[in-house]
Formats: sequence, structure tokens, C-alpha cells
Amino acid sequence: MSANSVVDIQNVTFAYAKEPVLENVNLSVEPHDFASIVGPNGSGKTTLLKLLLGLIKPDTGEIKVFNHTPKKSRFRMGYIPQYIDLDLHFPVTVLDVVLMGRLGHGLGGRFSKEDKQAASASLEEVDLIDRAGQQFSELSGGQRQRVLIARALTGNPDLLLLDEPTSNIDLRVEKVMFDMLQELNSRMTIMIVSHDMGFVSQVVKSVICVNRKVVVHPTSEINGEIIQEIYGADLRMIRHDHRCSEGGHEHDRDCKSPF
Amino acid sequence: MIEIVKALFDPDNEFLRLAFIVGTLSAFSFGIIGTYVVTRRISYLAGAISHCVFGGIGAALYVQKKIGIEWFDPMYGAVISAVLAAAIIGLVSLYAKQREDTVIGALWATGMAIGLLFIDLTPGYFDITSYLFGDILLISPNDIKLVLLLDIIVIVLTVYFYNKLQAICFDDEFARLRGIHSDIYYILLLCLTALTVVLLVRVVGIVMVIALLTLPAAVAGQFAKKLWQMMILAVIVCIVFIWSGLGLSYIYELSSGPTIIVIAGSVYLAVAAGARLFKNN
Repeated sequence: MSANSVVDIQNVTFAYAKEPVLENVNLSVEPHDFASIVGPNGSGKTTLLKLLLGLIKPDTGEIKVFNHTPKKSRFRMGYIPQYIDLDLHFPVTVLDVVLMGRLGHGLGGRFSKEDKQAASASLEEVDLIDRAGQQFSELSGGQRQRVLIARALTGNPDLLLLDEPTSNIDLRVEKVMFDMLQELNSRMTIMIVSHDMGFVSQVVKSVICVNRKVVVHPTSEINGEIIQEIYGADLRMIRHDHRCSEGGHEHDRDCKSPF
Repeated sequence: MIEIVKALFDPDNEFLRLAFIVGTLSAFSFGIIGTYVVTRRISYLAGAISHCVFGGIGAALYVQKKIGIEWFDPMYGAVISAVLAAAIIGLVSLYAKQREDTVIGALWATGMAIGLLFIDLTPGYFDITSYLFGDILLISPNDIKLVLLLDIIVIVLTVYFYNKLQAICFDDEFARLRGIHSDIYYILLLCLTALTVVLLVRVVGIVMVIALLTLPAAVAGQFAKKLWQMMILAVIVCIVFIWSGLGLSYIYELSSGPTIIVIAGSVYLAVAAGARLFKNN
């Protein structure tokens, strides 16, 4: 941990009801990290994300993002939810959605020329500028997810938080998505919730393992034993060879997945 | 068609003119607020609010007849109970994480029941069907002013807060992260819904008001590409429903409320079915 940590969590416990979802969590994330938050369903991954965003408050302990409370640092964070949670019949264009990332200044919330330029720039970054006038609902799943990334980027975030961006999209699109994230990583810190261990191995620099408790590993350390520790003892290992074929099998130990 | 135009200009048909004017004016609030109710998916909450209005009407009648405060028109009771219900229901849906639907359902029925009990306790006979199912004979010239006032409030707020309200309806959580106090806007939206509901109780009644709030917006949603397009289209569709309903009910001597709702419901079902067939081909 250092003074310029992007994220600094100290002894945080959080419970929705009686049973804590997260218990005694300590975590620090350094600038330009690409951290993957992994763990089984219901382990508290999304809860951790929501705590960082300040959408919920910890019962005990302290959370600092850029050395301030999450609420104060909100405008430095870009949040990307799962597109599947949104109403797909909502009548908005792609540009309208991206512009939402510029809200928050002024009472009325009218958009300036600057806002529109920023929105166009981030649509260009995710390679969807030619879809700006199209309806959000007409896009494919992968494209919608990219629109949400563009929306987060318009706010010029220093920390990008993604909630399972690769669920509900196919493998080819997933590859495009993390190539893009890898590029973004050169100018911002990225934290990504994922239950996809394959995704973890390829671009991720560190792995935050969540299952009520939180343990951090550098990617190189991840092996079968650690995976077993995170997901519990009664899991089976299945090799996903389609992930390993591209770069041969030299990262064999990274290719084990609990799924 | 000619028959109804003639009827409108008949000096004896003041009530019909009033119904057309109030119906047309209220379509503006209905189309706009209806669009928010449909896209934010709070039609169930709007239904509960409209039924709570009956509690306020009952209480107002009691105050007026039994306690003897003559100026306390049922309309005042309706406004107070609607806004109160909106605030309670809004807070429940924001903070009661579990069993939200149960609580809303309880308020829905309790509001209604309180109204009926108050009417039991009030001396004299009241024809409650006019409140439940609407009665255009109840519309007074004063209603024009009220509806105009609400239209102005709704349009000004919608234009001014358009981007924020759109963001809240589309993705409430993200809006919050952009520093928008979405809870406040949410309650504001519910209060506007409540006031809109009250004004149209006279035309279609408490039980059916929710249909006239949501169906025009739902029809518009099948065609609109942007939220403001949906609003404008919903206003137009709402006017068409009200005009055709009032016209047909006058010609065939039917109740106006149910006529409007049957037209709205049929058009919506036809459009929804058409859109499905069209997309499958």
C-alpha cells in the first residue's frame, strides 16, 4: 500500500442482512493496475464494486478511492454495468446513452458543444461512431456493452470499473473487448468483475479473489490450488483448450477453469 | 362524425365542449407523464396512487358533509391523498428492499377501503360510480384552469430536466454516480404522476385512469426512437383516444370512460400484435 494507491480498503465488513457478504476486507490497488475481481456467484464481487462506487456504505472499516471518500471521487470513476440489466426497449439513440456520461454539471443538465464532442470522441474510441444516431436497442450485445464503455469514458475517468463485461457476448467479440481494455489500461486503472478465469489470464495483471474474504494474487501465481481455494473444494477442473490454442500451451496452468 | 361536430356547437351541450377541452388539455400531461411511467416501469405504483385517491375523496366528502367545512371539495382531498400516497409509495419502493410489491398492494387496497368507510360514515347518498368510472358531467369550467396549470408545470419541468430524467429512467444507478439525486427526481416524478391521475379521474375514473396514462405511451413506444418523440406521439395518441371515445360514447349513448379505455386497449393490443408479426417476418 502506498500514498498514491488508487483504491485503499481497510478492514471493511458489509452485510445486506445479518450474514456479512464481505468480511474484514483489506485491499489496495495501485495506479495502472488491471485487476480482475473473481469469485463464485454470490461471493460479494458486485458488492465490492458498489462499495467502491459509494452506492452502498460499509458497516465497518474505511474505503478510500484516490485518497478521498468514494462519493467525492465519483467523477474520477467510470462505471460500466451489464447491458442486460437495462431496459432494451427504451427509446434512446447511441449518442443519447453516451451523453449520459457527461451529466452531473449544472442543475438542468443541458449538453454543451463540448459534451457532444467528448461523446463523439469516446464513440470513436470504441469504434461505434457510425452508429451514433442508431437506436440503442438495435445494436448487438457486444456493441451495447461497448456503448456503455464509451459512456463511462466520456467522463474522463482515471479508474474504470466493469461488471462482468464479457457475459452474454460471444468469444470473438470478447477478444475485441479486452484488446480495447488493454489499450485503455495505458492511461487508466481498470478493475473488472469476472467469473471467467480465461479472461483473467490474458490481460490481467492481478487477481482479486472474493469469497466473503478478499485475497489478492499477481496473475503469475494463479494455479489450480488457488482456484480451488476460491471456489471451494468440491469443484472439477475443466480445461478450456480454445483459450490456450492461440499462444500454444505454455500458460497451461492459467488455463484451468472451474466452469 | 358530422353528428358529433354539430353536437359540439349545440348551445345545450356545454358539458360535451368542456369534456373535449379538458380531455384535450390533459392529454399533454398524460402523454408526457405516461411516457415516464412506462419507461421507468412504475405503472404498478401509479395504479396504487390512483386507488389511494379514493381514500382522499371519501375523507373530503366526510369533512364536507359531516364536519361541515363546505369549501373542502373532494378534489382537494384527492390532491392531498394522491401526493401523500406518491410520497409514501416512493419511499417504500426506494427503501423497502424486500416485499415492495406486497406493501404497494396493501396501500392500493387500503386507500380504496378507507375511502369507502368514510363514505359509509358520511350522511346522504353518493353515487361513487362517477368517481370510480368517470363522469364527464362532473367536469366544471374550473377544471380547465387546473389542467392548464398542471400542463405548464409538467412541460416546464420536463423540458428543463429532460436529460436528467431520461438518464434516471434509463439507468438510475449510473445517473446516481453522475451526482444526480435520483431519489428526489423519482419522488418528483411520482408526485407529478399523482397530480396527473387526479385530474383525469373525472374523465375516466379511478379504476381506469392508469390505462389512459400508460396505453398512449405504450403505443407511442412502438414507433418512437427518442424519448421526446415518444412523448409527443403519446400526447397525440391520447388526444385521438379521448376524442374518439367521447364522440362514440355521445353518439351511442354509452359511458365515456369505458368507451375511451376500450378504444385505447384495442389499439394498443393491435399495435403490439402488429409489431410482433412485423418483426417476425
